[in-house]
Amino acid sequence: MSIQLKINGTVHDLDVEDDAPLLWVIRDEIGLTGTKFGCGIAQCGACTVHVDGNAQRSCVTPVNSVVGTEITTIEGLGANGLTPVQQAWIDHQVPQCGYCQSGMIMAVSALLKTNPKPSDDDLAAAITNICRCGTYPRIRAAVHALAEKA
Amino acid sequence: MNAHLPSRRMILLGGLGATGALVVGYAVWPSHRLERDDALAAKPNEKFISNWIKIATDGTITVVVPHCDMGTGIFTALPQMAAEELDADWGQVRSEAAPPDPLFANGALAEGFILSGQDMTADDLPAFLRGTVANTFRTVAGFMSLQVTGGSSAIRFTGVYGMRLAGAAAREMLVKAAAARWSVDAASCTTKASRVLHAASGRSLGYGELVADAATYTPSSNPTVKPRSQYTLVGKPIPRFDIPKKVDGTTNYGLDVKQPGMLYAAIKISPVFGGKLTSVDAAPIAQARGIKKIVYLNDAVVVVADRFWRARDAVAALDPKWDNAGNGGVTSGQIAARHTAALRGADLKKDVTKGNGADALAGGRLVEATYTVPYLSHAPMEPMNATALWKDGELEVWSGTQDGLGARAFCAKTANLPFDKVTYHLMPMGGGFGRRLPGYFNFLEHAVKTAMALPGIPVKLIYTRDQDMQHDYYRPNVTSHFRAALDGNGMPLAWVNDYTTDTGANAEAHIVYGIDNQALRTAKVETHVPVGPWRSVEASWHGFFIESFVDELAHAAGKDPLAFRRSLLTHAPRHLAALNLAAEKAGWGTPLPQGRARGIAMFESFQTIVAHVVEITLAPNGALKVDRVVTAVDAGMAVNPDGMRAQIEGGIIYGLTAALNGEITIDKGAVVQANFPDYEMVRLAECPQIEVHLITSDAPLGGAGEPGVPPLAPAIANAIFAASGTRIRELPVKNHNLTVAQR
Repeated sequence: MSIQLKINGTVHDLDVEDDAPLLWVIRDEIGLTGTKFGCGIAQCGACTVHVDGNAQRSCVTPVNSVVGTEITTIEGLGANGLTPVQQAWIDHQVPQCGYCQSGMIMAVSALLKTNPKPSDDDLAAAITNICRCGTYPRIRAAVHALAEKA
Repeated sequence: MNAHLPSRRMILLGGLGATGALVVGYAVWPSHRLERDDALAAKPNEKFISNWIKIATDGTITVVVPHCDMGTGIFTALPQMAAEELDADWGQVRSEAAPPDPLFANGALAEGFILSGQDMTADDLPAFLRGTVANTFRTVAGFMSLQVTGGSSAIRFTGVYGMRLAGAAAREMLVKAAAARWSVDAASCTTKASRVLHAASGRSLGYGELVADAATYTPSSNPTVKPRSQYTLVGKPIPRFDIPKKVDGTTNYGLDVKQPGMLYAAIKISPVFGGKLTSVDAAPIAQARGIKKIVYLNDAVVVVADRFWRARDAVAALDPKWDNAGNGGVTSGQIAARHTAALRGADLKKDVTKGNGADALAGGRLVEATYTVPYLSHAPMEPMNATALWKDGELEVWSGTQDGLGARAFCAKTANLPFDKVTYHLMPMGGGFGRRLPGYFNFLEHAVKTAMALPGIPVKLIYTRDQDMQHDYYRPNVTSHFRAALDGNGMPLAWVNDYTTDTGANAEAHIVYGIDNQALRTAKVETHVPVGPWRSVEASWHGFFIESFVDELAHAAGKDPLAFRRSLLTHAPRHLAALNLAAEKAGWGTPLPQGRARGIAMFESFQTIVAHVVEITLAPNGALKVDRVVTAVDAGMAVNPDGMRAQIEGGIIYGLTAALNGEITIDKGAVVQANFPDYEMVRLAECPQIEVHLITSDAPLGGAGEPGVPPLAPAIANAIFAASGTRIRELPVKNHNLTVAQR
């Protein structure tokens, strides 16, 4: 039951079930805890990671479906210093409790790669992550500020 | 000196008696405590100058905050208050959480309650402190064992009665130390940017250079604090300390605790509240990988495994049998019938009666309405979890809670250990909203008992989302019945309100509006559904009830809802000003396109007045969109205006989710909803444009975390009435058919 996953540029040999959920493999096997558990059924987005650059909810992603891909977590996103999205999150003082923000930042980062100047409607359609603290107005403001610079 | 700062004598008179007052009033100060403070929480080269403030020899100032981080910004705002009085150089200021030790109990919180006139009897305690009572924190000395983060209390109590005094006392000690070093009069010295200055001789010394000398002085119990007019740090939108670690995934929440050899636990709790585990067949998971132990608790079965997903899948495969103690047939409908019966019954208990009370109803035109709010779950993004290690007769626990001290005491009680045999690590919380307050620690009990079944092994217990949602302590389901009489001019003669309650009378039911004749009564309804404080607590329902019914009266009187409220607030200038500002900024009364409408509501809670004007679009097919929320907030002043805006915005979104979607229902004695598809949240797509306008007044500082919630639901309901003529008397809005045909 050996599986190879490439996470943040490093290849990991893992002894886990084929259908083990990527979220828990990242957290419990690899030990990267920036990716969060919120709902377990791909509703809230707290577990969002990048799979080949696309946002994906890792809590329902079986590991055998991402073999051979490049997986990036929040730890990998800013490995070479804060990204513009992370800096915008600081500039706009977005996080409150912060728990959902890893997933939020991963989701927004993926969106901005394909659509650097999203409208409010684009943003609403693409970013369906839940933030219980209610940071949405600041997320919107931060994304618009990023779009202006893009 | 600020008029709101109490003298020690006032505390003595605050109703506690001499011994208790000494504890409450002076506990923050005696200098012998500082040595133990040093031992507990100071690093080399740091000295506690006063409780809560450490200054290092390099000048670094650390403000020790007796609260927990749940994202409200108090780990920056409270240091602002201390640094302001200390005349600190902000670049040298840091903050950290106080250790969960009685030395760092938050006496200022207790003091705030005494001074704000709260009677400290069990029934009258504010709901967010009731759990501390349940945990036998009942005596005055016990009341000191508080590090509660809740009740929107951090700024108005810890800040006002604690941080300001600690900062001012520390400054006085530093000045005395410098004056002694120079052999000059302390009164001839001033302070600025972390230095003591002696203008006459041109000398100055940095705080770091003075630490050792300053620590030899006893902190004053009554230091001089600044008037607001001299503030330079308080009132500034200073960026929060905690945010950089919340954008790169490095903040460690309870869920992220790692210990060597740690195992993971998943739980299935009796679906029916109060049910007991009778049997469970373990055969289905006999061959499952990684399973280490099955733990049978009174009310739950727990599977412990080497990885969380294995524990989770295994517990899901079990089919435990329960003894439901006769509650296995309870439904929401039955509970609703109990509310109706209680309100019609003969056992209503009088709260407030003014003037001629209900007798005055006979003098005018009767208006009558009944409102209901449902049970609500807190649903913070981080599900309940705790890690525990039981080893050699001692317990070590890691968890995010809204009271580190209370959590430690609870764990000690659960394990039947003395307090000092428990080490408690307070972790940042992925949301609290009342769920993690003392009295509501089922997850700690489950984690501790599970760990005790596996001596020497750290075990992390995580509630899956369904367990979190179905084993919460819910915002109560409450029903409120109003009658009012309008005189010939449409003005209310009498206001009569009967409402259900799980505890007793709620101060939040008392109205600010000037109506001469009033009668308020309560009807106690108890169910097996556990309830608890939910962001804004009693204000979350009375805000909806009162502000909806006032709106109904305005329409019944044929008056504009804003003008009607204004005419009843001539004696309440701050409320009037907040209402007027929200109305003005929102363009109240200006025409809107077809299908759009505005609603207004105003409510005071936690010493803060919030007025919302909501603008909605209601389509002919019934689709509702909340377009805009314009808000006026009077919290006296904002210590950190950006932080206060963030809290009000958050309160609006939390209130919006509840108003539109929020509903926990009961069937077969258990919660029906299990996860976000059936307990839906507002997301970016539904997030309105929000404008928050802060009012600066000379009023005492008010709370920020909760006051944005209560007026939001009624403002939406009032807007829906304005758009459609349909009055929403039962939340949530999603249950109402708002199509044109149904209006």
